[in-house]
Amino acid sequence: MPPLDPVIALSGGLLIGLAAALFLLFSGRIAGISGLVARATGIADSGAPRSQTWAFVIGLPLGATLVSLWVRSPEIVVTSSIPLLIVAGLLVGFGTRLGNGCTSGHGVCGVSRLSPRSLAATATFMLAGFMIVTIMRHIVGA
Amino acid sequence: MRHILIALLTGVLFGAGLAMSDMVNPARVLAFLDIFGAWDLTLAFVMGGAIIPFVIAFAISRKLREPILNTQFYIPENRIIDRQLIAGAMIFGAGWGLAGYCPGPAIAGFAFGDWQPVVFVFAMLAGMLANRIYADFSANRAAIT
Repeated sequence: MPPLDPVIALSGGLLIGLAAALFLLFSGRIAGISGLVARATGIADSGAPRSQTWAFVIGLPLGATLVSLWVRSPEIVVTSSIPLLIVAGLLVGFGTRLGNGCTSGHGVCGVSRLSPRSLAATATFMLAGFMIVTIMRHIVGA
Repeated sequence: MRHILIALLTGVLFGAGLAMSDMVNPARVLAFLDIFGAWDLTLAFVMGGAIIPFVIAFAISRKLREPILNTQFYIPENRIIDRQLIAGAMIFGAGWGLAGYCPGPAIAGFAFGDWQPVVFVFAMLAGMLANRIYADFSANRAAIT
């Protein structure tokens, strides 16, 4: 799989950032997906009104559909087994709630505002991701 | 109603960006995390691209008394790096590295009819619920002692 054309990667990133920017300027909130999902499902008690969080969450696959119809169809390769997907999901769910955010809330919004918590969280989850992939691919899988 | 429309529109834009930049492809994410393999910097370009509009929007928001459709900004003001934050980020990063999914791309991935993101997202919700139960239990115990 060759790397994606950096111009396409950057423009996709700009769309993500524009979405978060508009959400902040219009609704006054941080577009952190793990927080929005927790709020939509009622797992979190506080946050944006649930109708808005549902609208945002439903928008995600709608936007992805529009791009694949009109712009480009991303190639998708998933090699994980069902047990691995379940373990990964449990860790991502538990960890994002414990650490108050994921790649969007900490990685994009928090890093942009130079929040010390988000910078620390982003460095930590990146490092953990690098370590796990290195272990799985080059130590266990070697 | 306008609030819901803005939330939907921004969700659509966000999901469009995730599909455009291939972040809905876990193999692409894992290729970024594989620094000792055929390192693929796509994710870094995506993050860089996403940060630009948000830096500008955040600077504008500091000059505004209130958001266009709301009565106040809800920006986290906590600046303390505690054990919970680091432990949470470590656990999240480990899960991210195992399958290449984080919350946004997994949900946007529902668009392509694959079953894998669905399995992942249900497990993720279970993980969030487990955290909620754990947090409530810890709060209760702290209240008793």
